[in-house]
Amino acid sequence: MPADVDTKIITRQFGNEEAKNIEVYESLGGYRQLRRALGMKPEDIKAEVKASNLRGRGGAGFPTGVKWGFVPADAEDVYLVCNADESEPGTCKDRELMYWDPHQLLEGMIISAYALGARNNYIYIRGEMMRETPVLEKAIADAYERRYLGEDVLGSGFACHITVHRGAGAYICGEETALLESLEGKRGWPRLKPPFPAVVGVFGKPTVVNNVETLCNIPYIVEHGSQWFADLGVGRSGGTRIVCMSGHLERPGVYELPMTLTMRQLIDDVCGGIWKGREVKCVIPGGSSMPPMSADELDVPCEFDALMTDERIKPVEVAPGVPFDMGGGKELRTMAGSGGIMVMDDHTDIPAVCARVVEFYHHESCGQCTPCREGTGWLAKISHRVAKGEGRPGDVDLMASIADGIAGNTICALGEAAAWPVLGFLTKFRAEFEAKIKAPKEGAAA
Amino acid sequence: MATIWIDGVSYEADPSRNLLAVILELGFDLPYFCWHPALGSIGACRQCAITQFRGEDDHQGQVVMACMTPAAEGARVSIDHASAATLRKSVIEWLMVSHPHDCPVCDEGGECHLQDMTVMAGHTYRRSRLPKRTYISQDLGPLIGHEMNRCIQCYRCVRFYREYAGGHDLQAMGTRDRIYFGRYQDGPLESEFAGNLVEICPTGVFTDKTQARHYTRKWDLQTAPSICTHCGVGCNINPGERYGALRRVRARYHGAVNGYFLCDRGRYGYEFESSDRRIRVPLAPRGEQNQAEELSVQAAVTRVAKILTSSRRVIGVGSPRATIESNYALQRLVGADGFFHAACAEEHRSSLAALDALREGPSRSPALREIERCDAVVVLGEDLTQSAPMMALAIRQAALAIPRSVAERQGIPPWHDAAIRESVQSARGPVFLLSPAPTKLDDLATRVYRKTPRAIAAAGQAIARALDPQVPALAGDEMDRAGIEEIARALTVAERPLVVAGSGTASEAVINAAANLAWATSAAREDDRAAELAYALPWANSAGLSLLGGAPLDEALAAAERGEVDAAIILESDLDRIAGPGPAERFLGQVRHAVVLDHIAHPTAARADVVLPAATFAEGHGHLVNSEGRAQRQMAVFSPDEPIRESWRWLREAMMLAGYDEADSWTGAEAIAEAAARDHPALARLPDAQLSADFRLGGAKVARAPHRYSGRAAAKLHLNVLEPTPPRDNDSPLEFSMEGSPVLPPGKIETTFWAPGWSSPQALTRFQEEIDGPLRGGDPGVRLIEPAGEPFAYRDVALSAPSPELAPTPVVAAFGSEELSALAPGIAALAPRAFLELNPRDAASLGLADDDVVSVRARGASARLSVRLEPGRAQGTAGIPLGLEDIPVALSFAGELITGS
Ligand SMILES: Cc1cc2nc3c(=O)[nH]c(=O)nc-3n(C[C@H](O)[C@H](O)[C@H](O)COP(=O)(O)O)c2cc1C
Ligand code: SF4
Ligand code: SF4
Ligand code: SF4
Ligand code: FES
Repeated sequence: MPADVDTKIITRQFGNEEAKNIEVYESLGGYRQLRRALGMKPEDIKAEVKASNLRGRGGAGFPTGVKWGFVPADAEDVYLVCNADESEPGTCKDRELMYWDPHQLLEGMIISAYALGARNNYIYIRGEMMRETPVLEKAIADAYERRYLGEDVLGSGFACHITVHRGAGAYICGEETALLESLEGKRGWPRLKPPFPAVVGVFGKPTVVNNVETLCNIPYIVEHGSQWFADLGVGRSGGTRIVCMSGHLERPGVYELPMTLTMRQLIDDVCGGIWKGREVKCVIPGGSSMPPMSADELDVPCEFDALMTDERIKPVEVAPGVPFDMGGGKELRTMAGSGGIMVMDDHTDIPAVCARVVEFYHHESCGQCTPCREGTGWLAKISHRVAKGEGRPGDVDLMASIADGIAGNTICALGEAAAWPVLGFLTKFRAEFEAKIKAPKEGAAA
Repeated sequence: MATIWIDGVSYEADPSRNLLAVILELGFDLPYFCWHPALGSIGACRQCAITQFRGEDDHQGQVVMACMTPAAEGARVSIDHASAATLRKSVIEWLMVSHPHDCPVCDEGGECHLQDMTVMAGHTYRRSRLPKRTYISQDLGPLIGHEMNRCIQCYRCVRFYREYAGGHDLQAMGTRDRIYFGRYQDGPLESEFAGNLVEICPTGVFTDKTQARHYTRKWDLQTAPSICTHCGVGCNINPGERYGALRRVRARYHGAVNGYFLCDRGRYGYEFESSDRRIRVPLAPRGEQNQAEELSVQAAVTRVAKILTSSRRVIGVGSPRATIESNYALQRLVGADGFFHAACAEEHRSSLAALDALREGPSRSPALREIERCDAVVVLGEDLTQSAPMMALAIRQAALAIPRSVAERQGIPPWHDAAIRESVQSARGPVFLLSPAPTKLDDLATRVYRKTPRAIAAAGQAIARALDPQVPALAGDEMDRAGIEEIARALTVAERPLVVAGSGTASEAVINAAANLAWATSAAREDDRAAELAYALPWANSAGLSLLGGAPLDEALAAAERGEVDAAIILESDLDRIAGPGPAERFLGQVRHAVVLDHIAHPTAARADVVLPAATFAEGHGHLVNSEGRAQRQMAVFSPDEPIRESWRWLREAMMLAGYDEADSWTGAEAIAEAAARDHPALARLPDAQLSADFRLGGAKVARAPHRYSGRAAAKLHLNVLEPTPPRDNDSPLEFSMEGSPVLPPGKIETTFWAPGWSSPQALTRFQEEIDGPLRGGDPGVRLIEPAGEPFAYRDVALSAPSPELAPTPVVAAFGSEELSALAPGIAALAPRAFLELNPRDAASLGLADDDVVSVRARGASARLSVRLEPGRAQGTAGIPLGLEDIPVALSFAGELITGS
């Protein structure tokens, strides 16, 4: 099935420079759903979101309605924070959503804030988004002017404020609790959970953190109802999905698509296949932290649950024949993550990719917990030397053992983000690593 | 109580605790780094991994951090399960990727938590062969060494320094495996509690620089339970000695007093003990041709006895830094009428008033750790951060009492430090500070009032009156109504309100107003309970000396002036320092004979007929009474070289020779303590403060040194090839030896704090009855003062007449104001230079500017001080540093500015 223009919902205005203008947004029906929502009971909006099967687009795919339900019913001050830190390598959708259609995000946020009873709300935006920040700030100023924001939103008595807070360039500040610490002006340190942000979040108050894409979907759920939204998706995943297609493709780009498409359809039908007429070798399906897929695993739909459970995807191993244990004996295949799909052709040097990926997570480790802080550094050094052809016998096992030690034993998921791809690459391309060690580069140190 | 299973065996556990605490308490070994009983859990190091099972049939389980897991009913966990055991090993391996492993040259070696945990976790082989990362370490001042390469990034240092102790200049910097713990640039750490980093840090990053100068490993030290002599708080300490000199002081855990910590004055003040000014032999400073002459013990005692028998009117000057025993002996020698205190009238009156207030009213004096649990605090006048630092630290914790209870209502367990911090944010409970000048507690105060001491007393009384109209009204109340009511309300609604004052404002009125304020709360509260009342008294034995009774130094000087004194026995004090060189010299000229007993030489000693070398706190036995009214025993850490001995022993010998028969019965430390207890009902319980000398464990005494102590046979070989017999100790259940009972002694006389597998300060959990509870078998010390309860009469708050002159107000310096610690080179280096602190407006109206030099005079003493402007200082006060060199104490209490001429 080719990319279907009809599935464009939240990316409709991509390419339309005018849509960020509040009048244009309004003329296209903008802020009408906010008016409608203000006439609904907050509980009803929450129920709709829950029934819609909307799942978080930030990486974990957690059901949004369920998350909202964790806020204690008697909470006085609630905060909604939009996670616009988008830093997962391969991911570039939130940036586009904010640039092309900022009011869509604001409308989604204001409706969500109304549903949650959140008066003060933040957009935590990645510091490097120099282009998007002023667009958002202008949109917010205009929204205040037209009373979509302020002490009395559209005369409803509901007070809603949104503040843009720029990050300072740390990937870890995209992790929701590190984000909250950073928002409070502290080191970007992930927190231990429980307590979850919905109970103790920013400034000690219940807080909901949602991704940009997640929130952009909210007005459409209000508009068309939960059933419509659920029907757009499959199974327990409602709506469309934005994928960020990058790598050795003929037509890389950001596409909003049905979740039923398989990885192979995405590559061949949507993106025009692999460049230079080459073959696909490896695909990272959801940002660089997700275990890679090999060429023979690509007929699986690119949907949250399928990527986790479809048996056509080989489980990640810690050693040949020894599956990696996610806890309680659960196997790890891969995940849809943040929608950042990176496609590599058959000329790709996998150990080099592996080293680069590990290097990123090592560099971005916050340094709080030992396995990640020390393990990623060690792993990065070994990965680099293997990639450079300077590996030593036993290095492949050493890499697997360090990665296995990190995964599952850290405070936040950055530990897994570093460990899973390594285990995945070793599972699916082990021979390549071993070949590099067996045939060391000339002159390499022993 | 909850039932939990550890490796298949069921145990009872307190469900409000985490499993790490429970597991340690049950006596299991489980390695950990980031948890600390005073700091709680943050789950960062991942070292305390255990395996938790979902039920009886789950054999695979899941790895969890013990420190982050509640001891919930039915919890099933395993310490031995492979998954957790493997992770624990891995964590050490990760830490060792970059740890320099330089144990032989590391000051921490031999008492290193990282060494212990490495062995405990079973990591033996490091697979990494990579070069290790390195850092540039910093110069953090004279007290604390820094070797960042040894850091394992457990974050304890910054958590203690910033969150627990309120410091600002130590931070975790950078990210990933380049995190750096230090200051933004080299320079002395600014917190008065920085020295605790040495014990908090589980590795050799932060080390004791003073110890490094005369380094000795833990296993080569002799130790004994002792009490800090550097302020009235009475923190418990473990001094360590080798080769006849102190090598360091470490905090000695006390479940009710100082917990795990000390202030830096207390930790580093000990070096006075080996100062050049130590007196080690009896002297006749004004011998033939006025040349100092060394005396034999015999000659010295004979001379003193002769002075006693030949003088008609002998007076004694007792010392607030000397033990009960020494003061008692002197008091017996000179009689109650001839006994004076080495303290200015203001300080003397404040101490007596404080003790009276604690005995006569309904308010109880809380121990430090009870202060931590108070939930509303009013401080009248005192800058506790400088005069009683550990009390300030306790108040820092008290400010968190209410915010923490809010967190608990959110379902956060009390040990979950990370989550509590998220919940608490910058919220602090009610703390009101009324002070003449800015203090380092201001940052946490609900409200700060800057006032003259006089106005502080008036405000205290006004708030008391708002609580109870029976409190007499005073003129001169300048406090606004809203402020009065706010404080009154806070004291009324709090669970456990506290009022604090001290002698640092030189104002008896403040002491009395504080009592009235604490007492008046009982009238306003539904439960009729009076607030607790804590006083910070300046000296280690200010309270003890006041219990013995006596008149201030000024009266001794006046008596001499009237020609009523033939001889003066001056105990452990420098009168020049208190009264000034002029008045002190005059006094010593007026008395025909003077005897000085002290450990350090000073101008007063130089003018005496006989000077006797007195034992320091580390060399002798005795009791001190702290500001709380708790009697605590100091045990000799080592036996000093002859002829150094406790002042009371010198006095006893002279008295016996001079025919004072009662001294005969003071055959040892316990005998004289018992005599004091018999003579002074207030001291009746003194002998209960510690175990008695005849306490035996399996027939044996307790060794002061660990059994690994090395080199005893060789230590004095250069003097005598025969190994000397270790000195006997008839005064305590301890032995000057590494030989002693093999049985672990009760906590109160534990010396080495060394348990199998645990050689660092973290071994402490092995010596507590429960984590954070009292020492096994009970904490030492005994409270001598309990409130009388109702009915009571409010104390008279006598305000000085309003005066256009600036009110002299002592400025206490944690480093410098206390006489003995100021002789320690590290402390001396941090002591401020003399100054006169003025509000800029006062200075302007006197025509003074920064750095102008002004004469200050009082009672015949004077000094020239350079002006320092402090906009935060209350107008109408002149801040004069207390106890600094060249500033007689009298000036700080009573100094008058001489301007305009
Ligand atoms: C290391 C790390 C980095 C993350 N970075 C981002 C990010 O940049 N943007 C984002 O939306 N979520 C990110 N997440 C996921 C967030 O923690 C969180 O789950 C998400 O913002 C929740 O929103 P959602 O439920 O709408 O997906 C990250 C998670 C981890 C562990
Ligand atoms: S896993 Fe890494 S990023 Fe996450 S808390 Fe631990 S050290 Fe920080
Ligand atoms: S300096 Fe010490 S206390 Fe601080 S993080 Fe490093 S090892 Fe821990
Ligand atoms: S607070 Fe006082 S008693 Fe405690 S350590 Fe400091 S100086 Fe010593
Ligand atoms: S002690 Fe439990 S994680 Fe550090």
